[in-house]
Amino acid sequence: MGVKLLLEKAHVEGIRYYDVYRREGGYRSVEKALKTMSPEAIVEEVKKSGLRGRGGAGFPTGMKWSFIAKPEGVPRHLVCNADESEPGTFKDRYLMEFIPHLLLEGLIVSSFALGSNATYIYIRGEYAWITDILEQAITEAKNAGWLGKNILGTGFDCEIYVQRGAGAYICGEETALIESLEGKRGNPRIKPPFPAIKGVWDRPTVVNNVETLAAVVPIINLGGDEYAKIGVGRSTGTKLISACGNIKKPGVYEIDMTISVEEFIFSDEYCGGMANGKRLKACIPGGSSVPILPANLLLKTAKGETRIMNYESLSDGGFATGSMMGSGGFIVLDEDQCIVKNTYTLARFYRHESCGQCSPCREGTGWMEKILKRLDEGKGSMSDIDLLWDIQRKIEGNTICPLGDAAAWPVAAAIRHFRDEFEWHVLHPERCTTENYGLRHYADPVYVPA
Amino acid sequence: MGDLLKVTIDNITVEVPNGTTILQAARLVGGEVAPPAMCYYSKLEGSGGKCRTCLVEVSKGSEKDPRPMPKLVASCRTTVMDGMEVKNITSDRVLDARAGVVEFLLLNHPLDCPICDQAGECHLQDLSYEHGKSGTRYEFQRRTFKKHDLGDYIQLHMTRCILCYRCVFTADQLTKTREHGVLDRGDHAEIATFIEKNLQNDFIGNVIDVCPVGALTDKTFRFKNRVWFTKPVDAHRECTTCCGEVQLWMRGDEVFRVTARKDEWGEVKESTKGGTGWICNTCRFEKKQATDWVIEGPSEVSRHSVIGQGHYVNTVKPKETFTDVMKGLEPRLYMDIHDISEVNKPEVSLSLLDRPAHSTDFGKK
Repeated sequence: MGVKLLLEKAHVEGIRYYDVYRREGGYRSVEKALKTMSPEAIVEEVKKSGLRGRGGAGFPTGMKWSFIAKPEGVPRHLVCNADESEPGTFKDRYLMEFIPHLLLEGLIVSSFALGSNATYIYIRGEYAWITDILEQAITEAKNAGWLGKNILGTGFDCEIYVQRGAGAYICGEETALIESLEGKRGNPRIKPPFPAIKGVWDRPTVVNNVETLAAVVPIINLGGDEYAKIGVGRSTGTKLISACGNIKKPGVYEIDMTISVEEFIFSDEYCGGMANGKRLKACIPGGSSVPILPANLLLKTAKGETRIMNYESLSDGGFATGSMMGSGGFIVLDEDQCIVKNTYTLARFYRHESCGQCSPCREGTGWMEKILKRLDEGKGSMSDIDLLWDIQRKIEGNTICPLGDAAAWPVAAAIRHFRDEFEWHVLHPERCTTENYGLRHYADPVYVPA
Repeated sequence: MGDLLKVTIDNITVEVPNGTTILQAARLVGGEVAPPAMCYYSKLEGSGGKCRTCLVEVSKGSEKDPRPMPKLVASCRTTVMDGMEVKNITSDRVLDARAGVVEFLLLNHPLDCPICDQAGECHLQDLSYEHGKSGTRYEFQRRTFKKHDLGDYIQLHMTRCILCYRCVFTADQLTKTREHGVLDRGDHAEIATFIEKNLQNDFIGNVIDVCPVGALTDKTFRFKNRVWFTKPVDAHRECTTCCGEVQLWMRGDEVFRVTARKDEWGEVKESTKGGTGWICNTCRFEKKQATDWVIEGPSEVSRHSVIGQGHYVNTVKPKETFTDVMKGLEPRLYMDIHDISEVNKPEVSLSLLDRPAHSTDFGKK
């Protein structure tokens, strides 16, 4: 049984409400941080913990916090990115739905560390009921004196506002989120300047994921050094993984980043193995935008080592034979799944969610979707596969924000590892609409040179 | 001079003040070294970064931090550092990415140049001639939009739009109220008004000048003439709302179109009275008689543009930067086809033969 820091109390009856949460030891970190620590000491503690951003990119949080500009007389802001729209990722939803006070606790401590008197939670519009849960939690916290003016008599003021998005994946990108928060069209900004210098209303801003901010609570309670002992290497602490797909027990699991991928999928403690007695074909280990991996590369790296559920091991081998930890949306595909259809579904999503600001992403995502649709219907040709490869290559890295990369990577990885399945679709236009390619390449992925 | 930063673009070094972007520095060099820009407009604050045609490779970050930048950067929004080294036309990565961007921009473009009023002075035409490939690999239906009427002056062809956002910035920065903007997102994003409003601001006609393609054109000039048949002359009049300095596009004594004066980058020039030479709707749309204007003489036309192929007086040749880019090497002829094929046999005059030329004419037995 692994260490649980975030979801330890998640199943206590009524933990959603302040009284129960406080009785179970909640808000201890606020007391500790505000009364005994300086903001610099908190940042230092987070740095020591080695906490990395849980939203997808995995950037060290302590370092991000230390970048924030501190000009005299200009307010600073902390923004919590709760625009969790990545297909396959639902960990923040779980956290906010069941233990909203954990997020608020993390937010108050982080606001104190960053000097933010007005802190925002930007939540995706589809999470309408969670907005209500958060609003209620904020009211409770305020009544109990954890928010508002002069918190705990320390002279620190903090308000938390919940802002709902209008249903756009792109608003999960931090600068697009800031634009949307300001009430503008959610187009990503061109960087630099980075939000740490000019963010919300041109003020220095830090944007962090829900899980990252919640993880600040155990860091303060345990101390940065203790927290860093959990996990392995540069993957410290615990990570929430939202597992879904063809597994027996889909759901949100907290892991300490030392277990192997094999254990995570097949052990009864976590996913419980493949559903319906099927065999594992492939897996998207970190949310829809990270490269898909075939089963043999998923369980073992190209060097033959066992793959562990952490940042380093999952990205071992680069994109040629590895993937990414991403946001922790663990999508498992069994032998009945069609990779072409799956890639088409993802391409359709990215076409729909592209903001349309820069041309490679606006035009390229639509083009890829149309070609993949054609391939999926068995109307494609061999040259379409090479064309797809060329399109994704021209989108990747040439766009303003990472959505272009996120749209390109799944297509690239699907062609890289499952090219034979694409070719089978071309060669068997009739059969591909009625049956599946199955596991033929299970242990023999075709290598496509970059 | 401590204030000037040295930047090397395609082996040509220029000194520029702090805060200059790579694109502006490259424009100082001129010629082919200047990356093309479809969305960037130096007179509009906040423009640029969207079309991605101006991507360049930074092979050396600066003197202090010589690491190259991992990704290609948008030169219009990246400021130079001291000792920076930039590769534009000398980088294969850049040329490849740019050809890709041109293909993306043309993907859903209707290519209705034969009936488009912008043809001849269209930046997308220039761009595709200079940086594009000859064919398209797109085999699907191009997107279309519901038509919007923007009033009596401005014609919107949304299918031609490349979403550079220049017109949105123009309306924001030149007029008191902006009535149009971008609706929707992704590949169905469109320029439109909310809801079906006319564009009537005094300076809104300038969106026609900033539009790099034929998406926003002059309704009073619609289908009247092709731009290469009309001759541009500089003219001015006393105007109370704007600088009154314009370019008239004339054929004989007839004024077909009035636009602001543009520089070699296709941007509205500085006015002699100071500030950018934006012109008002009255000058642009109402004053269509030669007698309304004091004519100064033929305009300068840059030869790099398609329209420059017409026989104008005052054409300006683009700067030749080739030898500098090649570090002083002159272009070298690798193979003279005439040496090998002996086509140029001096004693045989092909034009005097009364039949098709044959190998026997060249002494090849």
